[in-house]
Amino acid sequence: MQDFVQLWVYLSTTPLFGLTATIVTYVLAQALYLCVGQAPWANPVLWTVLVLAVLLTLSGTPYPTYFSGAQFIHFLLGPAVVALAWPLWQRRAELRQRAAAIVLAGLAGGAAASASAVAIGWALGLPNDLLRSLAPKSVTAPVAMGIAEQIGGIPALAAVFAVLTGLIGAVSGKYLFDAIGGLSMRERGFALGTSAHGIGAARAMQVNADAGAYAGLALGVQVVLAALLMPLVARWF
Amino acid sequence: MAVLTGLAWLLLCQSAGEVLTRLFGLPLPGPVVGMLLLLLALRWPRIRAPVGAVADALLAHLSLLFVPVGVGVMTHLGLLSQYGLRMLMAIVVSTWIGLAVTAVVLRLLLRRRPPSMEPAEQAE
Repeated sequence: MQDFVQLWVYLSTTPLFGLTATIVTYVLAQALYLCVGQAPWANPVLWTVLVLAVLLTLSGTPYPTYFSGAQFIHFLLGPAVVALAWPLWQRRAELRQRAAAIVLAGLAGGAAASASAVAIGWALGLPNDLLRSLAPKSVTAPVAMGIAEQIGGIPALAAVFAVLTGLIGAVSGKYLFDAIGGLSMRERGFALGTSAHGIGAARAMQVNADAGAYAGLALGVQVVLAALLMPLVARWF
Repeated sequence: MAVLTGLAWLLLCQSAGEVLTRLFGLPLPGPVVGMLLLLLALRWPRIRAPVGAVADALLAHLSLLFVPVGVGVMTHLGLLSQYGLRMLMAIVVSTWIGLAVTAVVLRLLLRRRPPSMEPAEQAE
């Protein structure tokens, strides 16, 4: 028993632990997700985050220890943003043909999501630095962190808000779209990519190829629009 | 090997993006500039297959990449217990507003195109 405790103390402080725990939990959550027919409530990111947070809390492992291993996965967010050029390139004819509609819809949806988040937070009396961390919540996490830093928010919190936004969009989007009615797969996918960024887009890619392509498109458009415009708009506040 | 070559292209574009952002004080994050650079580089046919291979693999597991940041929620439990419900309300309602506005605006814009353009869409 003593040996086991020593072994655990050693293992839980090496980067191997965070990396292994993340990937193993995610693979299990993904298997569960497929098992229940990709039901929105079984979202693999949601369950992986919950299980890992409980596991770390129960075992008393500090977040930085976990992150020393998980950072290898976290690092790939940057190259993943660069990789968004690929779906944009594949859809370049469509992008050119419908450029005005795509940019306008992305602008309207992104502005509505960001402005309503800040307005609701303000009405509910949230402090200024929280409001500034809420503003980029519809942009994919690494870019949201960069924007939050520029406009006076808390980058780590902005990343958490972005992940929560993505999860809420991925879990509840289907029901909202069904309630609105008459939306095609490309409109659903584009809305998920715009308002629920990478996590919403991942959901769209799993459900339908058309929705996935438009979600990838939306993700790329949103990243450029938000990174360019949000710091400019934030100067007025 | 294709995946490795593709990854090299992604990292090169990201690094070039970081350099350009810092050098010229651009208001865009480095990876976003990297994405725009890769979009230009994809005009060169030789890099398409390797970039496509690694991009498809990365984007297929995109949601895994958000897990480390997501677990970071546990470090903000103090703020969450103080403002949790209000923050959650702001996030949930604004996400729905964003989804609805985007989908409805795109539907309006895509379906108002003149019918003469429809055959072009078929060809694509």
